[in-house]
Formats: sequence, C-alpha cells, structure tokens
Amino acid sequence: MSGAAAQHRGGGQGGQGKGGDPYRLGHGGGHGHGEATGRGDGGPASKRITTGYGFWIFLLSDIIMFSGFFAAYAVLRGETAGGPGGAELFELPRVAIETGLLLLSSFTCGLGAVATERRNLAWTQIWLLVTGLLGFIFLVLEVQEFAQMIGEGAGPARSAFLSAFFALVGCHGLHVGVGILWCGTMMAQLWSRGFLPAIQRRLMCFNLFWHALDIIWVALFTIVYLMGAGR
Amino acid sequence: MFGKLSLDAIPFSQPIPLVAAAVIGVLLLGVLAWITKKGHWPYLWHEWITSVDHKRIGVMYILLALVMLIRGFSDAILMRTQQAMAVNAPGYLPPEHYDQIFSAHGAIMIFFGAMPFVIGLMNFVVPLQLGVRDVAFPTLNSTSFWLTASGALLVNVSLVIGEFARTGWLPYAPLSEKVYSPGVGVDYYLWAIQISGIGTLMSGINLVTTILKVRAPGMSYLRMPMFCWTSLASNLLIVAAFPILTATLAMLTLDRYMGFHFFTNDAGGNPMLFVNLIWAWGHPEVYILVLPAFGVFSEVISTFSSKPLFGYRSMVAATLFITLVSFTVWLHHFFTMGAGANVNAAFGIATSIIAVGTGVKVYNWLFTMYGGKVRFTTPMLWSIAFMVTFVVGGMTGVLLAVPPADFMLHNSLFLVAHFHNVIIGGVLFGAFAGMTFWFPKAFGFRLHEGWGHVAFWLSLAGFLIVFTPMYWLGLEGMTRRLQHVNVAGWAPFLWIMLFGVGIMGLGVLAQIMQLLVSIRDRDQLRDETGDPWDGRSLEWATTSPPPSFNFAVLPDVRGEEAYWTIKQRAIEAQGLVEEPEYEPIEMPRNSATGVVTAFFASFTGFALIWEIWWLVGVGLLAAYGTFVWFAWRKEDEYEIPVEEVAAYDRERRKVRAAWLLREQGARAGEQPA
Repeated sequence: MSGAAAQHRGGGQGGQGKGGDPYRLGHGGGHGHGEATGRGDGGPASKRITTGYGFWIFLLSDIIMFSGFFAAYAVLRGETAGGPGGAELFELPRVAIETGLLLLSSFTCGLGAVATERRNLAWTQIWLLVTGLLGFIFLVLEVQEFAQMIGEGAGPARSAFLSAFFALVGCHGLHVGVGILWCGTMMAQLWSRGFLPAIQRRLMCFNLFWHALDIIWVALFTIVYLMGAGR
Repeated sequence: MFGKLSLDAIPFSQPIPLVAAAVIGVLLLGVLAWITKKGHWPYLWHEWITSVDHKRIGVMYILLALVMLIRGFSDAILMRTQQAMAVNAPGYLPPEHYDQIFSAHGAIMIFFGAMPFVIGLMNFVVPLQLGVRDVAFPTLNSTSFWLTASGALLVNVSLVIGEFARTGWLPYAPLSEKVYSPGVGVDYYLWAIQISGIGTLMSGINLVTTILKVRAPGMSYLRMPMFCWTSLASNLLIVAAFPILTATLAMLTLDRYMGFHFFTNDAGGNPMLFVNLIWAWGHPEVYILVLPAFGVFSEVISTFSSKPLFGYRSMVAATLFITLVSFTVWLHHFFTMGAGANVNAAFGIATSIIAVGTGVKVYNWLFTMYGGKVRFTTPMLWSIAFMVTFVVGGMTGVLLAVPPADFMLHNSLFLVAHFHNVIIGGVLFGAFAGMTFWFPKAFGFRLHEGWGHVAFWLSLAGFLIVFTPMYWLGLEGMTRRLQHVNVAGWAPFLWIMLFGVGIMGLGVLAQIMQLLVSIRDRDQLRDETGDPWDGRSLEWATTSPPPSFNFAVLPDVRGEEAYWTIKQRAIEAQGLVEEPEYEPIEMPRNSATGVVTAFFASFTGFALIWEIWWLVGVGLLAAYGTFVWFAWRKEDEYEIPVEEVAAYDRERRKVRAAWLLREQGARAGEQPA
C-alpha cells in the first residue's frame, strides 16, 4: 500500500482539498486538511505501520482473552472444595526466579530490536537466542511447578480454584511456548534470508508479542501468586 | 487408531438426517462432477479459492452464508412441523433429535448464516468505499474466510457422523458438561465455533486496521460513509468480544476433556459463571450483527431518497454509543439468576438506554426520506419493512428489559419472537437489502426487480404470520424449545405459524428464482456505467465489476459523499477531470495459505472431537508448516503494468463521458424553454 500512497502523491493531486463540504447543514467542515495519515488525509499508511497497528489490535484482543481467565480465577479462587489453597501451594522463591527470567528476557529482546535497527545480524541472532533460552528456562520451571502440584494431588481436577489456576497460568505458559517456537522460526528465517522488510516487520511483531507476555505475567504474578500466597 | 470413532457414530436408526445428508451428498457430488467435467477447477483454484482479493472473498462469504441460511431454515421447518403435530401427541421427531435441531438451528443461523453474511458485505464494500485497493492484510483475509468455512463444515459433518449438541445454541453449563452431555455433540459445537471464531477475530482485526489505517487521501474520519462507520464499530466489537467467547469455550473444553471444574456442580465449580461469560460476548454479538445492517440501511435509504443521510454526525455518535453500552447490558439475559433488585435494575436501565441510540437512528432514516425523491426499489422495500418491524422488535425488547416483566416472560416464546423480530427484521432484511444493492457492483448486472418484489412481500408476510402468533403464545405461557405441547388451545396458533413458515419458504424460492432469472437476463440488466442507482459513495466511482485493483488512481476525496461530489463537479464543469498520470500498481499475489490451513484445521477439529490424538498432532504440525512455507516465499506481490491500468481507466472514462453527455441532455430537456 505504501506504493499506492507514494503513487498518489506522485500523481500530483494530494488530499489537501480546500473545497470544504458540499452540504454544510450541521456537518461542519473543520477536517480534511493536512497530511496526517491517521486522519486519512495522506492516503493509506505504510506496510510497517499497518502491520504494527494490526498486531497491536491482536495483542489487545489477546489481553481480553486473558481477562476472561482472570475473571474466572477471581470468581473461583476461594472455591478450594476442601483441597489446598494458594498459601499451601505457591512457592514464591521459584516464582521470583521465573519473574526475573521473564523480565530479563524482555530486556534481551529489546537489545535484539536495537541490533536489528543497526542491521547487525550476529547480535540480533544472539539476543534472540538468549531471549528464547530464558523463555525456555522459565517454561521448564513452570512445568516443574505444575508437575510437583499434580504429584501432591493438587491437579486441576482437584477443585475449581485449581482449575482456574492451571488454566490461567497454563494459558500464559502456552503463549510463552508459542513465542519460543516463533523466536526459533524467526532465527531460521533471518539466517536464510537476512533483513528483508517483511522479516523486519515480523521481528517487530515478535518483539511486541514477547513484551505483552511480560505485561500479562506482571498481572499474573501479582494477582495469582502475591495475593494468593497470603491466603 | 480412530479414537472414539466407530461405525456406530452413523445414525442408521434416524432416517431424517441420513436422507438429508444423502440428498446433500448427491447434490455436492453432482456439482463437483460438473465442475470436473467442464474443467473449471483451474479457474476456481486461481480466481476464487486462492484469491486474496477482498471482493472475491466477500462474495464467497456471502455464498457460504446463503447455503447455511437454507440449512438453518430447513431446521426451522422441521421444528414448526413438529410442534404443530405434537399437541397431545408425540409428533415425528424424538426428543433427542428435536433438541439437536433447535441447537443446530440457532448455532448455524448466528455463526454461519448471519455472521458470514455481514462479514462478507463488509469485506466487499469497505475497501471500495474507502477508495483503496484491498484490506490491510489480504492473505489473512483469505485465511479468515476458510477457517469460517471449516467451522461450517464441521457442524454439518455432525449430521451424519455422530450427533450435534442438544443444549441450545449456547451450551449452558452444567447441561453441557460431560456428566449430562456425554456424547460428541457439544464437542462438535466447541471445536466448530472455536475454529470459525479464530477466523472471525482475524477478520475483525483486519477490518479495524483497514478502516483506521488504509483510506484514500482526504478520506478523514468524518468523511467516511456511514457503512464504514458501522463496520468499524462492529469490528471493534468483534475484537473486544470474541476473545471472551474463545476463553469461555476453552474453559468448557477443559471441563469436558480434562476434568477441570469451571462450571460443574461439584468441586466448587460455578455454572452461572458460564452464563455470565457467554453473555458478556453474546450481547455485543447481537450488535456485531446488527450494526453493519444499520450501515446498509443508511446507504440504501440515502441513495434511494436521493438525499444525503440526515444527521450524519448524530448517526456516528449513536453508533459509537451503542458500541460502548452494548458491553454493559449482558445481565438482562438472566435477570432470573437472582443477582438482586439493585443489580437487575441497573442492567434494566442500561438496556432501556441502549434503545435511545437506535431510536436516534430510526428518526435519522425517516428524516432522510422526508422531502426526498424516494425510489421504491427492492433494497428500499427491505429497508422500509425493517424500520417498521425493528421498531416493534425493539419495543418488545425494552419491555423484556423491565426485570419484573422479564421474570414472567423469561424463556417463553415471547422472547423467541422478540429476538427473531430483531434478527430477521434487522440483520437479515439488512443483508438482503445490501445484497440486492451491491449485487450489480459485484457481478456487473442488476438483480431482477419483479422477482425481488415477490420475494420481499412473501418473506415479509411469512415472517409476520410466524412471529405475531408466537408473541401471543409467549404471553399465554408457552415456553421455548418444547418437543411436545399439552395445551390443546395452542394448536391453532401453531398451525398458523407452520403456514407462515410455508410462505417464508415460498419467499426463499422466489429469491432463488430472482437469482436464476437475473443470470438468464443478465444482458438486459447489465450495469454499463458502474453507477446503477445514482450512488453517493466511492464504490460507484469504479466499474462494475471493479478490476482487481479497484481504482486506477486512488480517488481524491474532497468532502462527505465523495463520489457524489465528484459527479456533481463533473456535471457543473461539463466534463471529467483531466486524465491523471497512471503508474504501475503492486497487488498481493494469490495464496493457498488460507485454504491449506483451513484444510488442516478441519482435520484437527475432527480429530479433537473424536479424540484421535495422532491426527491432532499431524494437523497442528501441518498448519505450522503451512505458515512457515508462506513466510518463506520470495515474492508476495506482482505488478500490473501501467499500460494495462491506463487502458482500463481510459475505457472507464469513455463510458463516463458518454453518461455525462446523456445526463446533460436530460437536464437540458428538463428546463422550461
């Protein structure tokens, strides 16, 4: 679409129409001037902008999906059905390490974006690798926690509280898993193709995705673990 | 090897689904054989199945919707017949089959009839109205469509392999839990809706991005046609509401497959949590459906009244108001939950207030017609009928919004009559109006007016004959979803309703006739100029059908009603604007990603339903492989050479110049000597 916009400007009839509206009956005419794409005056936005914008909207929808699981957790977290509650189950040291890993991985992911900006292939690859590895260790710790709980007879089928816990935390873990797969695919693609514009856009989306997982983890860590460990 | 699947899954004991499936199967095989014999496969594959053109995808969405509407309608015929026959008698449908039919009717009509219809219209129209060449993400668009089709396929497979849900169109827990619904019916529902739901969500993201970021130069927000505004609102609602559906159905899936306790009776589960969550999606959903229809009516009424839309800005405000408030009314679907008088009152008031936004719109449409030169074409007839029936449906809705009244009417046929009144009278009439209105744009010839009128009057009459007695039966105390009835006094009403369904059926036949006759007479109905209705927005500025790139040069928008302005200028200046400088155009290449992904998604869904775990793995892996394959392709665009663009546009300008000459002749003739 960027080509189309450029083409239009090249055509020499830009959108700065000063004619105003033909029907002024309560319609006003105070817009349609200037070049800002956001208001449509400059024509279609570039591919980079539309891709980032669309991906942001996807992330917002994903956060809404998480809000459904958060709402269910909020409703069900007292429903332990005689089984163990958060205070007995949650081990904050492990959760602290998990949090550290994930926050650090966001930082390395950001460093990767800086390297991409500088078109530095080696460092981009290294930081992507580190990001993926940190995510992987996070995931290992989470699986370990889940396995331990299930081993103690506190699996998701034990009570509604545990169902909500496993679904919410597991959904985040699933996202991290998908993120790692994506990270690896991006590395392979960078290795075989280099910094094509399409690949740069995908890297940008991957960055947004990875940071969004961090935001969700902050909410999860606070509401599930910190608020839950005291009860 | 095959999980739970065995030969017992085919319902040999039930003749109706088997015969129905056999008829469909024979028809389908016949069509496939015909395509093969005529050698149409390469054409279909290159021009339609792998197309990423928003216009083609829009048409395919609507085609899917029409087929599914007929499927849902045949369910309606079965239900009406059963109830009429089953007054103090068993009827001909056993309860377990009848329950599947009403569940399938609702699910199919909403998810695979109404949704694809409005999404198809938005897909086709929005980029044209915005004056651009495609949506923001063309390949994603194709994937969205094929995932929706995959969901529709799974629902229809349940007709012959296994069974469908018996829980109603929303699988209320705990009835939908494994304990009470041990069969695969609910699983069919869950996976079909999840797969098509992903498609819907992606389509919502795509259209929001398109409307906000991809518009012709000068097309500022308050210059967008009303249909674009209502599409924006509808797609924002998709993005905000569909994830809630995904989460809720995922929870039910975990309950059913892995023994979780979200909505069970035991271990602390909370069935009302399901009802709350599902309606937090479900109420915005009705506005997702009806807002685009409001947009269609706005375009149709303004065009055929030959006037700009009255109160454009108040219409925009009312649309956004409805968008927001639609998230604050969900509890009115279950006032009887017992949330307490204050909570019920708050939601009752919010529900009444949302009607104000719709009221603003109705007055705006009326004032648009007032003083206009009204042409009573088929789309206009649907629009006028909508205004009358929708006001009735809206009023009964406001009545239901009063909690004490709702306690009496909850779950009765009064409710069923109300929502059919608004969904048929609002969404479906809007869809038909839109289809008739934009048909010439899509195919280059108009639909036959005479048959359109016949179809309209039959549908309207049938609709009123079915649903007016239904209100009455609801007030008499008849509850919904009854497999048999033991009040003899209701029989006459049930027979009248059956008669009404027959009239609606004639309406359906008349629509099919309209299509056939129009195709036969297409040369007389040809739309030469691309502007058959004296239209006002940019889709009428290009030819019918438009070229793949829509516009040779992106239109220059200089005010509201972009095309009307261009047209009036041409008439005033007594000539077209000078020929622009043409340039080559980059367009996205076709891609099989969508159809291949959906192919594997269908297998994955089927395997999940029957617990064939190896096939689940294969399906997911293949879907991932498809994405990687798509990501690795080298060229994703092709160039249309400048000569081709120029040749196309010069031809278009020639036709327009001829039209202008005729127009001037007509104007000169009108003036008194």
